[in-house]
Amino acid sequence: MNNKMISEKEKMKYDIGVIDFVIVEMNLYLDTHPTDKDAMDYLSHYVRMKNQMMREFAMKFGPLRLSDTDGCMQNEWKWVTQPWPWEGGC
Amino acid sequence: MWCYEKRLQFPVNIKNSNAKLAQVIMSQFGGPDGELAASQRYLSQRYATPYREVAGILTDIGTEELAHMEMVSAIVYQLTKDLSMEEIQESGFDKYYVDHTAGLWPQAAGGVPFNACVFQSKGDVITDLFEDMAAEQKARTTYDNILRLVHDNDICEPIKFLRAREIVHFQRFGEALRIVQDKLDSKNFYAFNPGFDKCKS
Repeated sequence: MNNKMISEKEKMKYDIGVIDFVIVEMNLYLDTHPTDKDAMDYLSHYVRMKNQMMREFAMKFGPLRLSDTDGCMQNEWKWVTQPWPWEGGC
Repeated sequence: MWCYEKRLQFPVNIKNSNAKLAQVIMSQFGGPDGELAASQRYLSQRYATPYREVAGILTDIGTEELAHMEMVSAIVYQLTKDLSMEEIQESGFDKYYVDHTAGLWPQAAGGVPFNACVFQSKGDVITDLFEDMAAEQKARTTYDNILRLVHDNDICEPIKFLRAREIVHFQRFGEALRIVQDKLDSKNFYAFNPGFDKCKS
């Protein structure tokens, strides 16, 4: 994601992707290093950050996961009215 | 159970369709070293290990493979969007098109349908982990081969991401194998099968 202007929605989804990648990597690392306390603290920090960002995204643009649907129930079911990931636009 | 997140692990935004490349990249969806095989391999194997760390790495990498399958599918979907009949004929995509139109169906680049025989779940954690390490390297080679055929940056970027993940997974499976071997008799790792025999490790 480089060049030109990107929308706030794309930017937020990109940031979630970056944070989630840290979580995926720490998850796999901890599976084979289950007593690394520093790694656990590091992971917790990013999990908290991701949850906050996922909730904020859900409120603004609709949920990325069903557990974030509370608080964004407006007058349409955005889970299906918003584009699916393979449609492009991130 | 699983949870779906409505986003790709790495963005896929391909501007130009290309039916020829779609047929090649499709192999990483339903081919012998593809992401469907990878996910089913690890998620099937995880029951035969008594070691929780190993069950964890198989579960979590198996889950990530599902996200990779979605990325490869999104690439194929975008490469086959808005094709003209001429493009379908000239690219050789007609043989796929006649059976599946532009729908996603797991097959290898050579047209061989997906088959569970491309992976094994042996019920022996040492055997399974050696297969898993080999599988990650085979997929890495496939992505290297794809990268030699692709010149469009929109396709290269997600493929490079997937290639790098194969290397990380290979490393983690290597650590899992070491964890298993540390729990066994170093004089004879094969004295018993910790996932089957009753004797304690």
